[in-house]
Amino acid sequence: MTNPIQDVAGADFIFAIGTNTTESHPIIGLQVKKAVRGGSTLVVADPRKTEVAELAKVHLQIKSGSDIALLNGMANVIIAEDLYNKEFVAERTEDFEAFKAAVEKYTPEYVEGITGIAAASLREVARGYARVKNATILYTMGITQHICGTHNVFAVANLSMLCGHIGKPNSGVNPLRGQNNVQGACDMGALPAVLTGYQGVGLDDVRARFASAWGLESLPAKPGITVGEMLEGASHGTIKGMYIMGENPVLSDPDANHVVHALDKLDFLVVQDIFLTETAQLADVVLPAASFAEKDGTFSNTERRVQRVRKAVEPVGEARPDWQILCQVATAMGYPMNYASPADIMKEIASLTPSYGGISYERLEQGGIQWPCPNPEHPGTPVLHVGKFSRGMGKFNPVEYVAPAEMPDEQYPLVLSTGRRHFHYHTGTMTMRTGALEVYYGTEYLEINSADAAKLVICDGDKVKVSSRRGSVELSARITDVVPEGLVFTSFHFPEVAINRLTNPARDSIAKIPEFKVCAVKVEKTA
Amino acid sequence: MANVTLTINGVKVTVPKGTTVLEAATGAGFFIPIFCHTPELTGFGACRICVVEIQGMRNLPASCVTEATEGMVVQTESPAVVEARKTILELILANHPQDCLTCEKNGNCLLQDYAFRYGVKGPGFEGQRHSFSIDDSNPYIIRDLNKCILCGRCVRTCAQVKDRAVIDYAFRGFDTKIAAPMDTPLGESDCVYCGRCVAVCPVGALSYKRLSGQGRVWEMEKKPVTCTFCDSGCEFDLVSKNGKVIGVAAKAPGPGRPLCLKGRLGLELLYCDQPQAPQLKKDGEFTEVPWAEALGLEGVLDKIKKMENKQ
Amino acid sequence: MAEVTLTINGGQITVPQGSTILNAAQKMGVFIPTLCYDPELTIDGSCRMCVVEVKGARTLMISCATAATEGMVVETESPAVIEARKTILELLLANHPLDCLTCGRNGDCRLQDYAYRYGVKEGGFAGAMHQYPIEDDNPFIVRDMNKCILCGKCVRACAQIQGKNVVDYTYRGFDTKIAPAMDTTLAGSDCVFCGNCVAVCPVGALQEKVLRSKARTWEINKVRTTCPYCGTGCNFDLNVKDGKVVGVTSCDGDVNGRALCVKGRFGYGFIHHPDRLSKPLIKKDGQFVEASWEEALALVAEKLGGIRDNNGPDALAVLSSARCTNEENYLLSKLTRAVFGTNNIDHCARL
Ligand code: SF4
Ligand code: SF4
Ligand code: SF4
Ligand code: SF4
Ligand code: SF4
Ligand code: SF4
Ligand code: FES
Ligand code: FES
Repeated sequence: MTNPIQDVAGADFIFAIGTNTTESHPIIGLQVKKAVRGGSTLVVADPRKTEVAELAKVHLQIKSGSDIALLNGMANVIIAEDLYNKEFVAERTEDFEAFKAAVEKYTPEYVEGITGIAAASLREVARGYARVKNATILYTMGITQHICGTHNVFAVANLSMLCGHIGKPNSGVNPLRGQNNVQGACDMGALPAVLTGYQGVGLDDVRARFASAWGLESLPAKPGITVGEMLEGASHGTIKGMYIMGENPVLSDPDANHVVHALDKLDFLVVQDIFLTETAQLADVVLPAASFAEKDGTFSNTERRVQRVRKAVEPVGEARPDWQILCQVATAMGYPMNYASPADIMKEIASLTPSYGGISYERLEQGGIQWPCPNPEHPGTPVLHVGKFSRGMGKFNPVEYVAPAEMPDEQYPLVLSTGRRHFHYHTGTMTMRTGALEVYYGTEYLEINSADAAKLVICDGDKVKVSSRRGSVELSARITDVVPEGLVFTSFHFPEVAINRLTNPARDSIAKIPEFKVCAVKVEKTA
Repeated sequence: MANVTLTINGVKVTVPKGTTVLEAATGAGFFIPIFCHTPELTGFGACRICVVEIQGMRNLPASCVTEATEGMVVQTESPAVVEARKTILELILANHPQDCLTCEKNGNCLLQDYAFRYGVKGPGFEGQRHSFSIDDSNPYIIRDLNKCILCGRCVRTCAQVKDRAVIDYAFRGFDTKIAAPMDTPLGESDCVYCGRCVAVCPVGALSYKRLSGQGRVWEMEKKPVTCTFCDSGCEFDLVSKNGKVIGVAAKAPGPGRPLCLKGRLGLELLYCDQPQAPQLKKDGEFTEVPWAEALGLEGVLDKIKKMENKQ
Repeated sequence: MAEVTLTINGGQITVPQGSTILNAAQKMGVFIPTLCYDPELTIDGSCRMCVVEVKGARTLMISCATAATEGMVVETESPAVIEARKTILELLLANHPLDCLTCGRNGDCRLQDYAYRYGVKEGGFAGAMHQYPIEDDNPFIVRDMNKCILCGKCVRACAQIQGKNVVDYTYRGFDTKIAPAMDTTLAGSDCVFCGNCVAVCPVGALQEKVLRSKARTWEINKVRTTCPYCGTGCNFDLNVKDGKVVGVTSCDGDVNGRALCVKGRFGYGFIHHPDRLSKPLIKKDGQFVEASWEEALALVAEKLGGIRDNNGPDALAVLSSARCTNEENYLLSKLTRAVFGTNNIDHCARL
């Protein structure tokens, strides 16, 4: 996020696109509700009529995967009606002309044909966004989980720069991260092309600095491959061994059957986790890890706030904290790795990572710190891009609408979209074992519109089979107007409803994010 | 020494011969509630809260007085045991004031701990209740016998010190109570206010007057300290709240540890941030006395003063 | 900003104009009991527990709702104030089950604190008692409206923190009760079980079901940490008893204040779940067998080292975790790059 969570409540205008905030990020949802109570305008763009959509002044119930058309359409109106922030565009951005040209064809009428949103509504929302003092944009997976995910993000950024709603309080571009430490995993260089703090592996001086700190001659320069490419490589035999720590790709990745097949082909698979997950079951060696309550460390939340995790109890059985296991594996492989505690690891991170340079456990005792925090005196940075973008000038990246990779057809006439539920989390590994959450919300269902249900002669509670070109699952149907005609929805929390057997592994060409939000399916009544 | 091996809740446990089932079980990490028994006091076997199930025995024996024998098979929390404990708790609570709200023992009371553990909320029997008046006839100890569960710990610990044995069971049946001879208040008895009985009372029947109203158990910290006034080496607890020592309490009244009042007062003077003035009985009435008198140091101080004057 | 100076219990204090007497007293470290007041919620001024004596005023003033003014002279524990507080407590206790013996809030209950402080043993008025059934038809929260003192904090927390309006005052007079619409149970309402009402309840009327049945308040050790679920990064206290996490309670988090969602507050049960892996496992003939750490680590080192040496570093690939700590992600990146010799590391951020 460019801005802190607490900032949301102070925005005059909140544009939430592809985020079911109150269910997936309940506490950020509270900020949204607070803003609405205080008189701010809330606009929600989402194919589903979610709880947060019900709170909105305007709900743009767009067709799945048409976000770029919508965002470009808003830009079109704002430019056409001369509502954009000329000063900001002139002083702080570049490539405006190219952007202007690109959005020219996205007139509200043209956009209506793609998104299904009335031209008048689009105009109203665009004007609202442009005219207020502070407007914030919130988004999550609804934006990124498309083949055009990166372009969607560009479209969002373009819009905020156009109106100068960035680099100041109560505004900004705010992706809400789905997992506790996605931000931190990225910050720490758990990515193929960057080391900590997004320092590219391709840069000689960066590699040299890390190599010397790690006591090595050199480090590999060739950028690595992404999850999807790893699984692809495994199934083709180019990847022979994998080490998986605390992830469950069998359930979380698209086209689950393919993932199982790929992992099965590996010569050697190590999984380090707290439960024997669907992925761990495929492993050759499973290493028992400590849970968050059993170790010290830090998480970085979605607003870049680094916060302490503290050990409250001893690990169960012989489980060990992941950091200790990793040290032991390195040592066993002839590279001695020794740290007295995670605080020591953080010292090393700070010494190699400019944005974490001022972060230490001593300081974190006083509360979390938002990076960039380059030195011990620096207070941290709640709002990014104040006065200047990190790259200097803000660059407009014109993007074009492309249709989702798989559109409904005669054989698979419905669109399936997936997401989260309030009472559960991710692949359910934890939330199915709490003694409370799964008791209250124990079975998953398929949301289907009454019109579609009528066509298929499905009643509420009927068992149905949902199939795509890749697989099928069975679950019961819930007839609801939360989804519009033509769309069905369910979550990916429940192992017994392994919905990712159906989803499309088609990925965004830049960020390689799979298109979870759109795939073509058919629904049949079973019993 | 000969050993015996028995099975407790499915686990084999080996202990020296002569060990009680209670000691064997708690030594192996199993929980058994106790009221009348304490490690410092000899077996008594009256309250029966410590019952367990032993294969081949017809009744549920009291584990604190049952010796562990070879091959014994014990269950410490079988349904029958739990049922029996619940009944005992219900019977006690039927005649116990619902006073935890303001009771000084709240938070450190065995009756309460066990009621919580076994989910006994209140009296199962609407029983007849005592309405003894609260005995605060002396400046040191408050006795509220409405809360007494007649475990007898106070009686036995008092009798451990030669020439004390101030209190004992009196009357019978429902009227049974712990009392000084002739049922006089403590203030009029031979009681020396050492606090041994307060230290062992499992409930709120006995409490220190000087700590009453000063804070709740969970707000207080205790630090052990050894008295040096005589060479008995009695142990006391310094009781503090918010970092301030507010009182001194008797700890671990073992045999040969008299835990006298003088010792406690001396420690109060030494450690308390604001020691309360001592009181002694004179002509049957409690009156405030100077510290030197309370601690029996008048003679010594006089002598010191004289010597200093001479110089 | 304009300031005012007033005298409280003989000491002078200067506060910004608009501060209440309560704010001023707290700033001075002077204790005033409150039941319906909460710094995060609108002021209700209904319980009257916080009354103080203000020189020149005809009646006792409600300190949480009375602005401090220049030259005001306040007494917070005068005989009249104490008398009033005692009466309020007696009235509350007259219709309160004397249940501290087994109540889950025993030791952390404002009613109990104040009763002890002012030496009010029980209701001076033997009043009619409510006989509401205890509501526990959901796995998260137990509601015992017999213990409710009608402070209304839960109503305001649900509306002002959670934005839900699930519970409200219903009925009138002696029958007044806090309930969801139509007097159903929480399970029958729109409640999302965030437990934010439980976090503000000053007594035992609202309790965390598991936590309060497993441990007494004084047995608990609290450890502040960060939520392992979504990316918001809420802070909370793990409640630990005998080496086990028995519950979660709110602290004052940087991001979330005292608010939490149902997962953060009630989703800790997995920590001690019997399915937790407790020993390294090695697959032999398609079956997992338990192994020692030495054996498992040696096998991992041998196999991965073998692939690296025979097939080249890029035949290895690593998935790190958005669930693990920063330090662990860093070490796995280091392991991958420095020891395995490849940049093939990713995680499921994209999912
Ligand atoms: S006063 Fe206390 S120690 Fe003595 S018998 Fe009663 S409960 Fe037991
Ligand atoms: S003695 Fe124990 S059970 Fe009785 S009132 Fe006191 S704390 Fe409660
Ligand atoms: S709510 Fe408070 S006063 Fe009431 S029973 Fe519980 S602890 Fe006691
Ligand atoms: S749990 Fe949350 S939603 Fe339910 S009543 Fe309480 S505050 Fe409202
Ligand atoms: S349930 Fe608790 S918070 Fe709500 S009104 Fe009653 S006492 Fe107050
Ligand atoms: S408590 Fe809920 S909203 Fe807060 S971090 Fe955890 S899962 Fe997210
Ligand atoms: S403790 Fe054994 S009978 Fe009392
Ligand atoms: S706290 Fe002031 S009236 Fe309730």
